Amino acid sequence: MRQYANVITAYTIMAILIVLVGVFQSWNVALSILNFCLISAVMTMGANIQWGYAGLINFGIMGYTALGGLAAVLVSVAPVQEAWAVGGIDMIVCLGIIIGMVFSIRYVLKKIEKSKKRNYIIASIIVVGLILLRVISGPATELIEAVDPAKTGFLGGLGMPILFSWIVGAFFAGGLAYIVGKVALGLRADYLAIATLLISEIVIAVIKHEDWLSRGVKNVIGLKRPVPYEVDLQNSTWFIDLVEKFYSGKLKLINSLTERQDVLNQLVINASSVYVKLCLAGLFLIVVIILLIVTQKALYSPWGRMMRAIRDNDEAANAMGKNVVKEHLLIFILGSAVVGIAGAMMVTHDGLFTPGSYRPMRYTFLIWVMVIVGGSGNNFGAILGGFVVWFLWIEAAPLALFLINFFTSHLPETNTLKIHLVNSAPYFRFLTMGIGLLLIMRYKPKGILPEKIIKQ
Amino acid sequence: MDFLNAIILLLNYIIVPALSYGSQLALGAIFVTLIYGILRFANFATGDMMAFGTMFAVLLTWYFQSLGISLGFLPTALITIPFAIIMMILYMLTIDKFVFSYYRIKKSPPVQLAMVSIGVMFVTQALVRIVIGPFDRRFLDGEKFILKAIEFKEMTGLNEGLTIKTTQLITIVITIVVVSILFWFLNKTKTGKSMRAYSDNEDLALLSGIDPKKVVMITWMIAGVLATIGGVLYGLDKSFKPFVYFNNMLPIFAAAIVGGIGNPFGAFLGGYVIAFAEIFITYAYKKFFMYILPESLEPDSLVQLLSTDYKFAVSFSILVIVLLFRPTGIFKGKVL
Repeated sequence: MRQYANVITAYTIMAILIVLVGVFQSWNVALSILNFCLISAVMTMGANIQWGYAGLINFGIMGYTALGGLAAVLVSVAPVQEAWAVGGIDMIVCLGIIIGMVFSIRYVLKKIEKSKKRNYIIASIIVVGLILLRVISGPATELIEAVDPAKTGFLGGLGMPILFSWIVGAFFAGGLAYIVGKVALGLRADYLAIATLLISEIVIAVIKHEDWLSRGVKNVIGLKRPVPYEVDLQNSTWFIDLVEKFYSGKLKLINSLTERQDVLNQLVINASSVYVKLCLAGLFLIVVIILLIVTQKALYSPWGRMMRAIRDNDEAANAMGKNVVKEHLLIFILGSAVVGIAGAMMVTHDGLFTPGSYRPMRYTFLIWVMVIVGGSGNNFGAILGGFVVWFLWIEAAPLALFLINFFTSHLPETNTLKIHLVNSAPYFRFLTMGIGLLLIMRYKPKGILPEKIIKQ
Repeated sequence: MDFLNAIILLLNYIIVPALSYGSQLALGAIFVTLIYGILRFANFATGDMMAFGTMFAVLLTWYFQSLGISLGFLPTALITIPFAIIMMILYMLTIDKFVFSYYRIKKSPPVQLAMVSIGVMFVTQALVRIVIGPFDRRFLDGEKFILKAIEFKEMTGLNEGLTIKTTQLITIVITIVVVSILFWFLNKTKTGKSMRAYSDNEDLALLSGIDPKKVVMITWMIAGVLATIGGVLYGLDKSFKPFVYFNNMLPIFAAAIVGGIGNPFGAFLGGYVIAFAEIFITYAYKKFFMYILPESLEPDSLVQLLSTDYKFAVSFSILVIVLLFRPTGIFKGKVL
């Protein structure tokens, strides 16, 4: 129990902070902060598996998040029948061509010895494949995108419940991680960082511009939710009764009947969105707890010890007969898959998929700040990092505004400097993040909750 | 005649823009490569540092414009560059003193320094946005074109026009001057040689009496010059927007690695490799083929290898391919 004292303290403080936001701002804000904290926590757990357990640097988190989001679209949206009718078969043929290319290249790599001839054969396979793809997919994409472009213009998905996408997202991200890992894991740490960052940008570019797949920058909106909708709640009697019971003390004070009805309506509207967010928070919490149990078990298993050995001295681990390359690839896939889950969760929460909003600042670097601030190698630390940093990220702007007003209170309202500062309050969040990261790296390089090695 | 038209078409839409964009990338790439070669870390704050330098140039340009100072047909921003460079160098040296030097003395692994540079990136980005805001700023004044398409058509009687923007010419000229001075400095002067020695083998350089503090300081100063000039030239040519500068970090990194990170000459050429590749692959060649092919063979489609949406993806793919097959870059890296 003693060893968890600082963990409990840190989480208690975090909980109090969120409750304070609930009391002073609104419960709606507090719960949406909580939800995003939980999603961030899943992302940081993924990054922590890679960086904390194995020392692999992955700056491609944005790409895996987006793939998770794409999974949410492809799973939950109903298939667009007309689009499938005009171009579906061509697209499946294209998929077949890509698979065929991959397998024929693998076959060539296996059967023919390394030579110039082999290189030419591979190059010609790629060129022929690309030309075929261009010829087949070109007209098909145009046809698909022409199907009711304002609403659909894409193939749509499977029309299954969106919760499945959390698993599918993990597989998508893991699949990409397999390819990236095969390609880039041999690189030195900082090259790996740059390579993964750029690959994630390529992924985003593809998602943004392949409109037939997920409407690209036109966004997909109105994804089905796993929890009830606010409007339905506001119209259901059981919910109104519940709210009435909950606020009965407050409602009794109001005498006029119409006034009471108005207040009740307002309360129901507020309560419905709080209720929805609570449901989502429950779902997210389940994911976080399951992941926490699994990762914690893994960390203190023989496998976890081996990963730490590989991280701290890969040559020694190699000499002991551990397959460093294979384990690196495995952990790269596992970590990315967890990030993929988070990506799907986020799209589920928002109910929309906006490829244009995936930016490295928010989805890669911020997650890294969370991992480092929280404490790499420690799952509790990583989750805490997700909470603390997301909380600051949201609350930095109001806080900055308060401080600016406080320090410039002697200045008149029309002062140019004051107006300028007040207008730029949102950007103080970057400053907070940067200074926070620098301070932590300097004075507490292992993070708020440092890694603990339990001796067995 | 058709053949000439085709060549002018390529010049106008590919070669001139690629040369100027390549020059801007090249300056940034040399900045990245110098930091990597001498201070030994990948600087993720590159794009934002360039934005920071440019920000001063923009602010000073506005100030000078309000005073009525101008350079005639040249953009006013050119006079502001020296001042902006001084501010930039001061900022860089401050950052180095309070942030990077600690890790350098501790001999932290490069990854940790890269992480620290992310912290610097956040701070710099915040400062730029707080001071000047995140909006698109144009600060170009003076004559916009050196050669207008119509004038060119009248001069030569060709169908295709050739446009050369003032900023494009300025970019190319300034880049050539700056890069020549830099290579002269690195190869001929004693300080430059000591920098190369330090990059090649730190311990040996220390043993032969090279002052590391001086080397580091000079490196940041050169970096400041390159970052500011590269940033201002890009801003003059396109426009100044902090987010775009942050994004430019990616092709700049690609250029530095393609050229062989740690090798300034490689980075210089890498900038052009990336720029030409981006524009070559995303240009629609339909009109070009219309000029050179007989009418019966004229293509129906745009003859575009990839849509312009994938401009960035092209350079990143090149980078990934280079990393796979020649991780040291096209020109062998780490020889400064």
